[in-house]
Amino acid sequence: MAALRTLAASKKTLSLALGGARPLAAAAAARGVATTVSLPDLPYDFGALEPAISGEIMQLHHQKHHATYVTNYNKALEQLDAAVSKGDASAVVQLQGAIKFNGGGHVNHSVFWKNLKPISEGGGEPPHGKLGWAIDEHFGSFEALVKKMNAEGAALQGSGWVWLALDKEAKMLSVETTPNQDPLVTKGASMVPLLGIDVWEHAYYLQYKNVRPDYLNNIWKVINWKYAGEVYDNVLA
Amino acid sequence: MAASALHLRLLPSPPAGVQPQQRRLRSDALEPYMSRRTVELHWGKHHQDYVDGLNKQLSTSPLYGHTLEELIKEAYNNGNPLPEYNNAAQVWNHHFFWESMQPEGGGSPEGGVLQQIEKDFGSFTNFREEFIRSALQLLGSGWVWLVLKRNERKLAVVHTRNAISPLAFGDIPIISLDLWEHAYYLDYKDDRRTYVTNFIDHLVSWHTVTLRMMRAESFVNLGEPNIPVA
Repeated sequence: MAALRTLAASKKTLSLALGGARPLAAAAAARGVATTVSLPDLPYDFGALEPAISGEIMQLHHQKHHATYVTNYNKALEQLDAAVSKGDASAVVQLQGAIKFNGGGHVNHSVFWKNLKPISEGGGEPPHGKLGWAIDEHFGSFEALVKKMNAEGAALQGSGWVWLALDKEAKMLSVETTPNQDPLVTKGASMVPLLGIDVWEHAYYLQYKNVRPDYLNNIWKVINWKYAGEVYDNVLA
Repeated sequence: MAASALHLRLLPSPPAGVQPQQRRLRSDALEPYMSRRTVELHWGKHHQDYVDGLNKQLSTSPLYGHTLEELIKEAYNNGNPLPEYNNAAQVWNHHFFWESMQPEGGGSPEGGVLQQIEKDFGSFTNFREEFIRSALQLLGSGWVWLVLKRNERKLAVVHTRNAISPLAFGDIPIISLDLWEHAYYLDYKDDRRTYVTNFIDHLVSWHTVTLRMMRAESFVNLGEPNIPVA
């Protein structure tokens, strides 16, 4: 009994220790308004994806770019909260751009880190099981899928993402692209991202310079198909 | 000017074709605000790729024969851009960008240009802050511009996404700054603010701006103040 109580007490202490966000989040949640988010940890070291993606890029990408999206998303949510409470519809609408961009940036990058895995831990190993068969059925072959994603990723003008998407209603795979930080759901409410590849220049420029096709060719070596397969199985279960 | 000059190859003299404007700029001339490496990549690879891509498209396109500006307007197609649009617009945008800068640039303008800026923004400081703010408000790839708005007959700061330029809206560009990440990432990483500040403080060519304003005055009657005509 004493052990359980201690466990419960330490959990509470932990949640208080996580800082000022908690009471605000709790209050906000009570009112049914969006809570804040935080930067997820990378499941591997910055340098673990070399030579496909350099440690320098991973560090900047995670600690600067993604962290900034998190900060600005939280700020936008706070402002949204205030605007909603005041009933200021114009302000609410005006904030949608910042929410879409920063929230999308957070959503997209959170998926992206899971889409990557060091080679030593299975990164790059092609998909097996149901996802593997679905890819062969829909695209003809694994190679054909890779070729298609590379082509669409290279052709994307400006900044954006290329996705392997699963439409959970139609139960169909597709390759999609979204501009800027628009998340995949902007292409369809039933779209679930299995894999996303960031083709913003910050994702590859320091290493590959303007040669985006080289980045795309190389990133497959560290793609985490296991994660994609799990999402696929869970969604269609 | 220097042995290491880079230049672009544009279409060789088509009738009303793409004007071959060649600029010889030493690639380290804009240091330390824009590194030699950035200029070589940006001009020699990115800009050159747009030129090559456009030439390739024009070799089989019905749009062959326009001037570059006409081509951009045609290909913009009122917001439903044709395949040639992106390359054409980016060729134009980048050329305009290089010419918007000079070594030992920045500072502040004088004479008629300064007067017009003070008239339309209140003060040069206001303009500078507006320019920086607009650049930071752009989400994703694009450009920030000082334009002369034809209808309102005043200067304004605008930003555009991807390859879009104010030419599409019929306004007259006066300054452009490339905000695609490739323009600043090697030198500034994600710090867009410092990149923009350095551009406006140290690189922008007020000399070029004066020439552009002079030309713009032939299309837009600004009344007072008078930009000097040579």
